[in-house]
Amino acid sequence: MIVVQQLAKHYRVHRRKPGLWSAAKAVFKREYSVVKAVDDISFEISAGERVGFLGPNGAGKTTTLKVLAGLLYPTSGQVRVAGHVPERRAVDFLRQIMLVTGQKQQLIWDLPPAETFELNRAIYDVPRDRFQRTVSELAELLELGNLVDTPTRQLSLGERMKCEIVAALVHRPQVLFLDEPTIGLDVSMQTTMRRFIREYNERYGATVLLTSHYMDDVAALCPRVIVIDHGKLTYDGGLEQLTHRIRPEKRVVFRSEPSPDPAVCKSLGRVLSHENGQVVLLVPQDEVSGTVQRLLASFDVKDLTVESAPLEEVMSELFARGKSEKTAS
Amino acid sequence: MKVGPVLRALPTLFRVGFAEAVAYRAEMLVWILATTMPLVMLALWTAVARQAPIGPFGEKDFIAYFLATLIVRQLTGSWASWQLTFEIKNGVLAARLLRPLPAVLSYAVDNLSALPMRFLVSVPVAIAGLVSVGRSMLPSTAWGWVYFALAVWGGWLITFLVNIAIGTLSFFMESSNKVMDVWMAAFMVFSGYLIPVELFPSGLRKVADFLPFRYQIGLPVEIFTSRHAQDDALSLLARQWLWVVLLALLVHLLWRRGLRRFAAYGG
Repeated sequence: MIVVQQLAKHYRVHRRKPGLWSAAKAVFKREYSVVKAVDDISFEISAGERVGFLGPNGAGKTTTLKVLAGLLYPTSGQVRVAGHVPERRAVDFLRQIMLVTGQKQQLIWDLPPAETFELNRAIYDVPRDRFQRTVSELAELLELGNLVDTPTRQLSLGERMKCEIVAALVHRPQVLFLDEPTIGLDVSMQTTMRRFIREYNERYGATVLLTSHYMDDVAALCPRVIVIDHGKLTYDGGLEQLTHRIRPEKRVVFRSEPSPDPAVCKSLGRVLSHENGQVVLLVPQDEVSGTVQRLLASFDVKDLTVESAPLEEVMSELFARGKSEKTAS
Repeated sequence: MKVGPVLRALPTLFRVGFAEAVAYRAEMLVWILATTMPLVMLALWTAVARQAPIGPFGEKDFIAYFLATLIVRQLTGSWASWQLTFEIKNGVLAARLLRPLPAVLSYAVDNLSALPMRFLVSVPVAIAGLVSVGRSMLPSTAWGWVYFALAVWGGWLITFLVNIAIGTLSFFMESSNKVMDVWMAAFMVFSGYLIPVELFPSGLRKVADFLPFRYQIGLPVEIFTSRHAQDDALSLLARQWLWVVLLALLVHLLWRRGLRRFAAYGG
């Protein structure tokens, strides 16, 4: 469904130091530098996949999504989405895709969202009965209520985001590019949105590529992740494997009464924390079962769980490695 | 691009565009009042002509001319250049580009949808004035009305295409609003909006004949107030539509080149 080969997108950026002299100088002579927002990345995504596109701020995620959606011309490389070259923006291509960004909107600012839904129905030539069915389904799922009749400018960020999603799905696109789809949503609505994206993907076989800084989004939705940093692809594969690669240790969390002896705990693994009778141990993956047996034999364990490292930690370590490698080079 | 779906979409596009245009009622009213400059010119020129006619223009000619100018100005308005410049700078253009509808057409619909509101408020006044004062100056033949319709349509197209061409320059420079300001200054002088082109010195008039400004306002007004014989009107219409074709080609070229430079900032 999506094929990206050696994609690069470079920007020419005007640089100027602050101050009056620099401002005056820039009138006569401008200094530019080239920013490699995306630098030679390749990947493929099959129809129906849900893929998380991750990276620190300024890594090139949104730029890549915009190239895939046909908004930006690549500097070099080949891109095909649903059999089309995106930058040609063929009508058949545009009818199959949608890019939803958390910060830019397609909703008409001065009118209620219902007007944008209707406008999209007309532009995408969606039969009216299918349109009404889709909108009422989505409105119910996302608990829109009478928001659709309130002028967009009077909605909160989260309310606008929900309406953006409905406007984007009126024509039932086969490829969804979601840039921070849960931004501004409260915790319960984030969960609803995740469930909704998953249902849409499963029901219509749609391909979903999403960026998010909320690792819960990624953990809940994306069996596969693509990580880019400074425009370079640094990982492409399963989320589990990524966690295993970056943090091969498991966390053994247990609570016992009386509070466990610190010396014994140290002998079982690396102690991450020890508070109020609860201990968090870091244990190599292949030693987990042995450690758990010794632990059960040593203490009166009331509660015990074995977890992978939180995704936030995995990602921040991955990004930190990228940063230190960049500094070293 | 299939024409069928676009045609089916047009009524909704116009309806939503109209709703957007009238969303801010107070602003809408101020905006309409801002285009009543021809009434000021009408008062000025008729006061001058009361003493003696100026060239071929007597008092009634000026009244008819500037009331017609008011109508034509309302019918040929476009502000796509400012819209486009804003949307390129802020990346809002992305939303238009994602839709399977040519973005230039969506700007055209935006601009045309606001015209009925302008028409409703100011044009009945002008028509009543024209009919009572200068009925004899209105076209008395079928060709006169057909040519007038063509001239208004051509005038709107020139205004709109120039707006898009200048707005598109924002792909290449940080903002093209100042270019539009320069265009508007030349428009005020050469279009016949403030002074009928017929009153220009002959040298300046020849220059005005070759520039596009006169074909935005002056020509439709001149045809509407029967200031040309059929042959002359036809020849001027041909020039006007030549400008339409040239500007359409220019827009096509600038738009294709400009899109390659679109950075879709934000989001």
